[in-house]
Amino acid sequence: MTPTYILIILLLLSTAGYYLGRRRALAVVEGTGGPKVLHSRPVYYGALTALWCAVPTLFIFSFWLVCESTVITDMVLSKLPETIQSLPADRLNLVMNDIKNLVNGNIVSGEENADLQAAADYYQYLRSLSQGALFVLISVICIGAVSILQNRIRPELRARNHVERVIYYILIACSVLAIFTTIGIVLSVLYESIRFFKIIPVQDFLFGLKWSPQTAIRADQVGSSGAFGAIPVFIGTLLVSAIAMIVAVPVGLMSAIYLSEYANRKFRAYAKPLLEILAGIPTVVYGFFAALVVAPVIRDSGALMGLDISSESAMAAGLVMGVMIIPFVSSLSDDVINAVPQALRDGALSLGSTQSETIRHIVLPAALPGIVGGVLLAVSRAIGETMIVVMAAGLSANLTLNPLKTVTTVTVQIVTLLVGDQEFDSPKTLAAFALGLLLFVVTLILNVIALYVVRKYREQYE
Amino acid sequence: MNKPENTTSGSVRTVDLVQKGLARRYKAEKRFRRMGLCAISFSLLCLAVLFISIFGSGYSAFQQTVIELDIVLDPSGLNPNNLAGADFNGLVKTALYNMFPEVKDRGEKKKLLSLLSSGAAYKLADFVKAHPDRIGKALSLWVPADDDVDMLMKGHINRNLPETERRLNDQQISWIEALEEQGKIKKKFNTTFFTAGDSREPELAGIWGATCGSFYTLVITLILSFPIGVAAAVYLEEFAPKNRFTDIIEVNINNLAAVPSIVFGLLGLAVFLNFFELPRSSSLVGGLVLTLMTLPTIIIAGRAALKSVPPSIREAALGVGASKTQMVAHHVLPLAMPGMLTGTIIGMARALGETAPLLMIGMVAFIVDIPGGFTDPSTALPVQIFLWADSPERGFMEKTSAAIMVLLVFLVIMNSAAVYLRKKYEKRW
Repeated sequence: MTPTYILIILLLLSTAGYYLGRRRALAVVEGTGGPKVLHSRPVYYGALTALWCAVPTLFIFSFWLVCESTVITDMVLSKLPETIQSLPADRLNLVMNDIKNLVNGNIVSGEENADLQAAADYYQYLRSLSQGALFVLISVICIGAVSILQNRIRPELRARNHVERVIYYILIACSVLAIFTTIGIVLSVLYESIRFFKIIPVQDFLFGLKWSPQTAIRADQVGSSGAFGAIPVFIGTLLVSAIAMIVAVPVGLMSAIYLSEYANRKFRAYAKPLLEILAGIPTVVYGFFAALVVAPVIRDSGALMGLDISSESAMAAGLVMGVMIIPFVSSLSDDVINAVPQALRDGALSLGSTQSETIRHIVLPAALPGIVGGVLLAVSRAIGETMIVVMAAGLSANLTLNPLKTVTTVTVQIVTLLVGDQEFDSPKTLAAFALGLLLFVVTLILNVIALYVVRKYREQYE
Repeated sequence: MNKPENTTSGSVRTVDLVQKGLARRYKAEKRFRRMGLCAISFSLLCLAVLFISIFGSGYSAFQQTVIELDIVLDPSGLNPNNLAGADFNGLVKTALYNMFPEVKDRGEKKKLLSLLSSGAAYKLADFVKAHPDRIGKALSLWVPADDDVDMLMKGHINRNLPETERRLNDQQISWIEALEEQGKIKKKFNTTFFTAGDSREPELAGIWGATCGSFYTLVITLILSFPIGVAAAVYLEEFAPKNRFTDIIEVNINNLAAVPSIVFGLLGLAVFLNFFELPRSSSLVGGLVLTLMTLPTIIIAGRAALKSVPPSIREAALGVGASKTQMVAHHVLPLAMPGMLTGTIIGMARALGETAPLLMIGMVAFIVDIPGGFTDPSTALPVQIFLWADSPERGFMEKTSAAIMVLLVFLVIMNSAAVYLRKKYEKRW
């Protein structure tokens, strides 16, 4: 009786409820004029019954699943012998893990003993008991709901209104999920960041000039004190993003201008989807491209000119990131350029200016706020881009503005700090969350400003 | 250009001035136009270089070098009831040594053996398990060659380089040439690549495990994000009152669409793994994270689709006595569905290519087994690409490119489906 089966049974019971409700509604009006006497169409009586079955049981089901493991763990712990119970909390956790492993038939870390086996049996027993209880509870609720509604279904029951009210609340719940996601993001990064800032002061993190998060495993190891000054990481992020924007903004903007002002229909019909392919390529592919093709080319051409370029230079990552962002800038600018009223262009052309003069002196200034908004969104995307820099930029945090040197970025650090084994009380892991918080806040500010600017701009010409 | 001129003789002068500047202005016009064309050409060139370099380095991965061994299945060491204990490795070794009887030296024997993949013994074991009746007889079997041999056969290792700069020494190359003369080494279509899971050996690594992982992840993403996304879009577009609360939801959704994907990974790590204690590296958690990530895309596309349904449809439905819910469910939603599906497919394509959040929730582990369910540890296609791209062996480079090609094929299929849907059901009201 695993949760999956219980869920299937729950759905089956609700479906049965639907048919019973509909049949009951038709039966009630049998002989008194048929379905048209009913307040709602018969399906609504069925749907109402099904909802009465499904909604409360689904709530109980999810609540049960969330609480089950904790409750059972507590009960098993209280049954353990005194000697084990008096262990410190972390040792106790290990014991509990062993018990769970025994239950699931996995390998146990310590040697098996009778106490553990007994506890595992007890755990198993409790779990099957709980699932049996859940099954019974859900069945009882469903049967109860069906029988109550069977009695209450009358021609004047406003089934449709009830069903629609429930649907309305479900719709609201779905859209509120967006808010919960944001809250979830903020809380999860904030909680760990606060723990981090308890160990490393905020000002040391924000203004420190040295970043080397590797903390020692043994106390006497060299370099045992990790340094968490994030300035080199910020500078690296800014450098890579700046290179990306230097590529993406002019190229994207000029593409958009050409496509919307010069290109004929046919050219546009081919060039635009091709540009959009660039936007659809996964970032991991760009990362591979940067590391495999672009970085060696840059290094070799640098060697020809006698420059010593690192093979993980900020240049390679930045250039490829710029190419990735071109279609983003281009499609956003295309939108805003198209939104500039034709009358402005006609006015300028009729005064004798050439097309390029019209564009430079009339269209672009008129579209400027929208373009700025688009560029801000592109910047936020460049800052948050992960895979390209993880694969093509380096790990060492150099405080430099030289694009030919290796730099590291916020996202690279988050990935390297969190991939692999983690323990959640070392500042090394927590630092990733502090960086994540910063990344979230910065991109959020950029997005809010950009969306506001774009929205205001759209209203201007509507 | 428009300097205040004396009006009496101004007209002539202005024309002259304009004429004088005309050539320069036309030149500027041409230059500007050419710049636009250059910008587009640059982007398309990048696209072409990207595709060419990936296809160029990846197409050879669809072939695999195999070596034919003449093996005698000596019945003394092979007990049909206990094949797991049999020394298949020894059989393969003997077969190879028999082909080159002149090799006697221990070191040379080791070099000779390194021509074969460590998967050769497994291949033999599989064969014997499938055909126990062949025990005691001789057979010839094509077994995979080592990745260095593979690279040499595909021409990725230059035979003319000095010996010290090659992964294979002169002697090994001479053996391979001897095999070539006997027709005992050949390239064949690489089925391993499509049927195997990950492996440390490039010649044994495949993408099937990662493809399954991606499939399970996308299934979770689809069954969660599509209904929720549609419901949210319907509420915001059709039901929501215009007030502060609705505004907050809207701003939230627009912002979430632009939040870096790695932040969603942090959320998944903190909430799904650490708080709810869901299984690490599982496609279930991957699907949940990608759901949160794709929801804004689907909601925004869904709202656009609902907006494009003309109000007359709504008014007609309400006019014949439908309730608001009926109007939406029976008339507006079916008409908006193609647009919503297009948005969903595009969102799914983005989710398929997403890597960063999956790294955060531990889907980067080295997993050999093919995942069989939603809670099994698994990787996904883009993560597999990332893992292989990090591997130093030359053999993994072509595997990476080939995996990228497979991923791109999936993306092309999904995006063409979206374009087809849009073209077929697009309605101009």
